[in-house]
Amino acid sequence: MFFLKGDSVNMAPNSIHWFRKGLRLHDNPALQEAVRGADTVRCVYFLDPWFAGSSNLGVHRWRFLLQCLDDLDSNLRKLNSRLFVIRGQPANVFPRLFKEWKISRLTFEYDSEPFGKERDAAIKKLAMEAGVEVIVKISHTLYNLDKITELNGGQPPLTYKRFQTLISRMDPPEMPVETLSNTIMGCCVTPVSEDHGDKYGVPSLEELGFDIEGLPSAVWPGGETEALTRIERHLERKAWVANFERPRMNANSLLASPTGLSPYLRFGCLSCRLFYFKLTDLYRKVKKNNTPPLSLYGQLLWREFFYTAATTNPRFDKMEGNPICVRIPWDKNPEALAKWAEAKTGFPWIDAIMTQLRQEGWIHHLARHAVACFLTRGDLWISWEEGMKVFEELLLDADWSVNAGSWMWLSCSSFFQQFFHCYCPVGFGRRTDPNGDFIRRYLPILRGFPAKYIYDPWNAPDSVQAAAKCIIGVHYPKPMVNHAEASRLNIERMKQIYQQLSRYRGLGKNFTIFFCHAVFFPLACFPGYHHMPDTGHSSGLYRCNVSHDMAGPQHSGNRHRNVYCMLHEYHTVNITYSLYIPIYNILCGVQQATCCTQEEVLQVRGSESRNEILTVKMTLSPPLTSYNGKLQRSRRFMLPVGTSRVW
Amino acid sequence: MFSRAHVPARHRLSIRIWQNFAAKQIRVFWDGMPFYVDEEAWNKLFLECGSNDFRGHCSFVSESCGFPLNRMKRGRSKCQHFTPSEGRKKRHRSVPPAHVQTGSSASQRPTEETWGSLPHHVVLHIFQHLSLVDRARASSVCRRWNEVFHIPELWRRFEFELNQPATSYLRSTHPDLIQQIIKRHAQHLQYVSFKVDSCTESAEAACNILSQLVNCTIKTLGLISTARPSFMDVSQSHFVSALTVVFVNSKSLSSIKIDDTPVDDPSLKVLVANNSDTLKLLKMSSCPHVSPAGILCVADQCHGLRELALNYHLLSDELLLALSSEKHVHLEHLRIDVVSENPGQTQFHAIKKSSWDALIHHSPQVSIVMYFFLYEEEFEPFFCEETPVTHLYFGRAVSKDMLGRIGMNCPRLVELVVCANGLEPLDEELIRIAERCTSLTAIGLGECEVTCSGFMEFVKMCGGRLSQLSIMEEVLIPDNTYSIEQIHSEVSKHLGRIWFPDMMPTW
Repeated sequence: MFFLKGDSVNMAPNSIHWFRKGLRLHDNPALQEAVRGADTVRCVYFLDPWFAGSSNLGVHRWRFLLQCLDDLDSNLRKLNSRLFVIRGQPANVFPRLFKEWKISRLTFEYDSEPFGKERDAAIKKLAMEAGVEVIVKISHTLYNLDKITELNGGQPPLTYKRFQTLISRMDPPEMPVETLSNTIMGCCVTPVSEDHGDKYGVPSLEELGFDIEGLPSAVWPGGETEALTRIERHLERKAWVANFERPRMNANSLLASPTGLSPYLRFGCLSCRLFYFKLTDLYRKVKKNNTPPLSLYGQLLWREFFYTAATTNPRFDKMEGNPICVRIPWDKNPEALAKWAEAKTGFPWIDAIMTQLRQEGWIHHLARHAVACFLTRGDLWISWEEGMKVFEELLLDADWSVNAGSWMWLSCSSFFQQFFHCYCPVGFGRRTDPNGDFIRRYLPILRGFPAKYIYDPWNAPDSVQAAAKCIIGVHYPKPMVNHAEASRLNIERMKQIYQQLSRYRGLGKNFTIFFCHAVFFPLACFPGYHHMPDTGHSSGLYRCNVSHDMAGPQHSGNRHRNVYCMLHEYHTVNITYSLYIPIYNILCGVQQATCCTQEEVLQVRGSESRNEILTVKMTLSPPLTSYNGKLQRSRRFMLPVGTSRVW
Repeated sequence: MFSRAHVPARHRLSIRIWQNFAAKQIRVFWDGMPFYVDEEAWNKLFLECGSNDFRGHCSFVSESCGFPLNRMKRGRSKCQHFTPSEGRKKRHRSVPPAHVQTGSSASQRPTEETWGSLPHHVVLHIFQHLSLVDRARASSVCRRWNEVFHIPELWRRFEFELNQPATSYLRSTHPDLIQQIIKRHAQHLQYVSFKVDSCTESAEAACNILSQLVNCTIKTLGLISTARPSFMDVSQSHFVSALTVVFVNSKSLSSIKIDDTPVDDPSLKVLVANNSDTLKLLKMSSCPHVSPAGILCVADQCHGLRELALNYHLLSDELLLALSSEKHVHLEHLRIDVVSENPGQTQFHAIKKSSWDALIHHSPQVSIVMYFFLYEEEFEPFFCEETPVTHLYFGRAVSKDMLGRIGMNCPRLVELVVCANGLEPLDEELIRIAERCTSLTAIGLGECEVTCSGFMEFVKMCGGRLSQLSIMEEVLIPDNTYSIEQIHSEVSKHLGRIWFPDMMPTW
């Protein structure tokens, strides 16, 4: 026994690095761990050829992935190593590999998504059973997401501002680690067999069963090498413009740019930390050592925000059973959905974007807003889940968390906005690209229309349509909805839902055009809420997760925060809040206000009668104290006065 | 995700029904501790705490007690599910009120039969806190509870949900329940709403139920389309005949919401003939079969009307004058939707300033809310003269001109939302609005442009009265004076609270 133990200590381990995302050699801490002191290292990627044909990933995403793998393989070759593409499922194949290659160390990048966490836990267990040491490193996100959640009191932050506040309190992200090189490899080698290509080579699209005839060349070539070229170009352009604000949208920004990075970040061909630090350096150089504002990292932080929100929520991509998603009575309409997905809506702006998405796999983020809004709250009133699935198939940078999160956001299902604003499928495009070149590029059939009519060709006189050689209704579909009417209806629908969430006085007055101001979350698990659609009154419990953007010591002078709750007789709102804001003003429906300090829970019940002062109760623990309907003022319970009623 | 463990610690009184035919009793949890309550204890609890107080302390958690809807066979099971939820252990314990008998274990059960003899009002009180499903379950416990189940107080309010699986993700109200309500509780219903999905059949089903509500005295009726307006697809005669059944039979209708329905002038006449004394609220936006004369008839006869929602084409000088007549109560809320389908197709009439003046003279507090969904070139007839509008929403692009006129002619403006505008900055217009609309407290800007310094000027002028300032980030154009970063702190300073522009995700 003693000898055996000694042997295993002295013997250099054989490692496997398991690539999933993070398809790169630069800033890959888990890969470095695999190599460190190891005798052999094998980099594996699992591909299930059966899965390929049936999965809902489109051909562009597969091509991008295969190009990434090719690039990875060729970069590994430079280090006398190879990539092992393994056909099969990790859980089935790993035990065999462990034995065959005498593996004692397995490394991989941390995957924060619930599905990934589950899979990794299973593999970890397998590895443990086989006596394999598992090393996991975080490198797909800037921060340790669990730390963010922890800092927020155990809940992921649900507003971006809150998220930014938390981030600003954390240490900056860790520096990227060195790129894997011959020096780092040291005497670690990769045993490569003669038939490596046959057994472990990167498959082609045909091998995966895709028909590649007529497939145009990739607008977005995959791979780490391309990613690194692009980031240099990206930074050069930024340095040249010397403007770090969010670029304003114009006609050009709609097209795929050679400096675009999002698909590379998605597949991990580009390290987000590398991008982060390069941006910081550049900013400091150009702006003479000023501390860069958080907005510099906009895109990176949004990504991080959605990852954080999704990491503990396995139903993040669903409406039902998703605690942060409002249930909206979306319409089921497969025909309309198909028209949208196949670019046959009759709105050139929407159709051109969907065509670009289908042809190239990428669209500008404002274009995403436009089509997402059109499908959901703006015009078609179809569930965001359907749109998300289409994006998952077509969009190169569609990431489970970011995709679902953005769709929830854009469909007003979560991460709420203050007023209902929906993009016009005619006006929005016209403002962005008044000439309509974008439309002519992707919808050649409309090429002949003058700029005046290109966004609403159905309004063009017959003579114009004839001259353009495109009769609307014959060569190009008529618009599938009347936008003015649809958006009017949908705004009403949305208001209705939000009012019901807050259950405000039945059918009565609702003066304000603004949405609810607190962030309401139906407590999905609460017994009886989701499962009793047939109750007479809509009894329900809502969790009111108050956003507090002004938290933090720097704003300690400004301690009042209004939380607006509109309540109904049968509703209880539990208001919980975290440690940073000591005082709240609860304004329920009419005029009631009270507040309390941390770790106490407010229960607020609305009353139906208009003029009756609402009873606001506080339950403290311990001792049990209660305050009857009157406003109370004490050292612990301070009330701001004179807050105006907004609805 | 949000398991019980996440429900924060609070004192919770929950009621579960202990089906034990030897000792009928209610088992109550106070803070997770079970104890048993008899009638006297209940009464004490209610009297001493007062019902409001009681409500505040306890939430009646409708924990499924496992009773099937049908009556349980006696003696089949002694005790129903009693699984304590995982969160319970975490909750703080506190001493339950002294007047409630505490029994820390089941062996201390009182032996007398108290369960079935709980007075109706106590059971009723409990039932009011339970969901319909739980009430139905509880009603199958014993005859007396079943009697309480049918007490009219519990059937005042009902929301029929009618959905088809092909068009909706939501479930429907069970047909048996609908039948039972029509049979036994139609006369108790007072607040009724129908929620239908986009399928015509759902709307037809709603009409069928409506036409069976013969013996009812409904006060509030809402016909709500949750997706596309399916009532419009029902044949007009079917819809109108169903609606008039309610109009004729319920002689005390006070609130009606029939937006997007094929209601017509004759049915409004029936409404007026039967409910003119009680009608207070009428919402009928986008009802294409109603004419200005039809709505005028309502305004003429229903002097108690306080809230009205309609489309612009129904708005006339006569209507405003009718609403301002001496006999008429003060109007509180007038909502007007201005919609056009295609540019140039609709001609919009103008309303005389004298008519508006008459309305404001009669109802000085009235809120006038206007939702615009027009093409830019169609705004000409609006706001050329002083208009007492208080809330304005521009769902589509609005011209710069029009916004300029708003600054000039809308002195009562309280809220303004501009969803879109052209590419020219709106600085001047906003500043004029800040200057002249002194009651403005809320503003929202979507796809338009304002320079940062123009915006700052606006905020300075309005100051703390802006309780809602919701500006999309892209709207603000940085200029020489302010960058986006500076504007956060500057605006916050003037508002007296921390402010940020609204953001959409960069994706």
